[in-house]
Amino acid sequence: MIDQIRRAYAIAKKDVRIYYLKGPVIIFGILSPAFLFLAFMIGRDLPVDFLIAGLLGMTIFFTSTSVTPVIAPTETQTRNLERLAAAPISVTTILFGDMLASVLFGIVISLVPILLGMALGVTIVHPFILALGIVLAAFCFSAMGLIFSSTPTSMTSTVMMLSTMVKFPLVFISGIFIPVQELPSWGQALASLSPLTYITELCRYSFQGACHYPVMVDIGALLVFLIVFMVIAIKLHERSLPKRL
Amino acid sequence: MKNVIEVKELTKHYNGLTAVDHINFEVEEGEVFGFLGPNGAGKTTTVRMLTGVIKPSSGSVSVMGFDLGRDPIRAKETMGVVPELSNAYTELSAWNNLQFMAELYGVPKRVAVSRAEELLTKFDLYDRKDHAVKTFSKGMKQKLITAMSLMNDPEILFLDEPTSGLDVRSARLIKEMVRELRDTGKTIFLTTHYMDEASQLCNRIAIINHGRIAAIDAPEKLKMRIGGLQYVEVSFTAPVDVSDLSAMSGITRVRTSGDKIQLYTEEPDRAIRGLVDYSRSNDREIVTLNTLTPTLEDVFVKLTEEE
Repeated sequence: MIDQIRRAYAIAKKDVRIYYLKGPVIIFGILSPAFLFLAFMIGRDLPVDFLIAGLLGMTIFFTSTSVTPVIAPTETQTRNLERLAAAPISVTTILFGDMLASVLFGIVISLVPILLGMALGVTIVHPFILALGIVLAAFCFSAMGLIFSSTPTSMTSTVMMLSTMVKFPLVFISGIFIPVQELPSWGQALASLSPLTYITELCRYSFQGACHYPVMVDIGALLVFLIVFMVIAIKLHERSLPKRL
Repeated sequence: MKNVIEVKELTKHYNGLTAVDHINFEVEEGEVFGFLGPNGAGKTTTVRMLTGVIKPSSGSVSVMGFDLGRDPIRAKETMGVVPELSNAYTELSAWNNLQFMAELYGVPKRVAVSRAEELLTKFDLYDRKDHAVKTFSKGMKQKLITAMSLMNDPEILFLDEPTSGLDVRSARLIKEMVRELRDTGKTIFLTTHYMDEASQLCNRIAIINHGRIAAIDAPEKLKMRIGGLQYVEVSFTAPVDVSDLSAMSGITRVRTSGDKIQLYTEEPDRAIRGLVDYSRSNDREIVTLNTLTPTLEDVFVKLTEEE
């Protein structure tokens, strides 16, 4: 078990060296949420702490789901996958390593909106909850990215297209632009199905001191989504790996 | 000698097709075991099952006593693998690729550093150790991939087409390495298309065709199996009509190879007399004349044609 964790860490280090500066990671992980946020913010008179909470939730979501979908198709194309498959590591170890790299990317980039908020005078009321939420959400969204990357293809663009089709609708139903409590009942029901809702809630709670769901519900929901996404990702990758060799 | 690889009734189906069909064989400790077969015969599928990359549909593989189905991690830790179509990470340096392999196989850091230095020196890559692999030539990449497979000091080395597309010097280096590893008692499972290479390096050879093992034996014994296939190889100063030669008595088959003509016969003496008569009567001077026994290539062609 400890050996496998060490090997997952080695995979994460390799991913950091190779994939952080890849075009799709920069475009879908940093530029997309930045432009989406600007489109949402410009021309609207909203409180800064509300805006920063939304930006932070969206940043973690986009950054953490941008690294993992790039790795599997790229390694299929560059023919590195067979070497990994022949190494004494399980599929879970490979995925855990990829997820670690993605989590780190998500956490580091999420510091940008936090620092921006602090510069604009936003105070963090619940820093521990914020830190816990960011880490949990980064793991949860990275696992979600792994589901996208299980598509047996060597084309990064195919995986990115698939992930964009899922990610953008989620942004609009997750209470980022309109708080959950202001959504109609069908909107609230839809929002409860999105993991992004719960990290946005935690961000609002951390910056504004209040949110719609109880904090423990938000944390529990992120944990459940993480476990479900990870189990699905492992099953799908175990099935798709031989097809990608 | 104990068996370090044991394959029992190994089978793989793909979409209703049988790629590997109930094959059985053992590889002994310290031997170089060649695995030959035409394209599509099931070689790569077999190697992928032996290295734990894909799971068999049925049957079992045991490596160094570890069942690959039940204990894949322990089994894989004893192996080094050079896959046919694999690559090093081209955006990492040679050094980082080697260290990554060491970490994947749980090699302690200090051992990994000294082993990487030793392997880079041996493969003449030390001066380029900090350069990204994308700047390497094909030969340098193949040497690095081979070095990567040795980072865990494996008991068994799987080499899938290790010299394919390499220049003469790099191919010779890899073959020399195979001999050195064999001399140190390592077991090598070699897949190759080069019959000369298999003949020179392997203690035993298995030929696979249509997913089944057509033959397993030492190279010389395989050649003896098709004993009736001696041939006389001749070349003339000027072109000749090959059909004239195939009409000579005792000739079973005629094949041309460059400017040489190979006459397959069970009676070489009679064939040589016939050739001398032909040379005189057609005013063609003989440049070379050799009597040859079948090569491994002949064995391969005969066995794979029979199937």
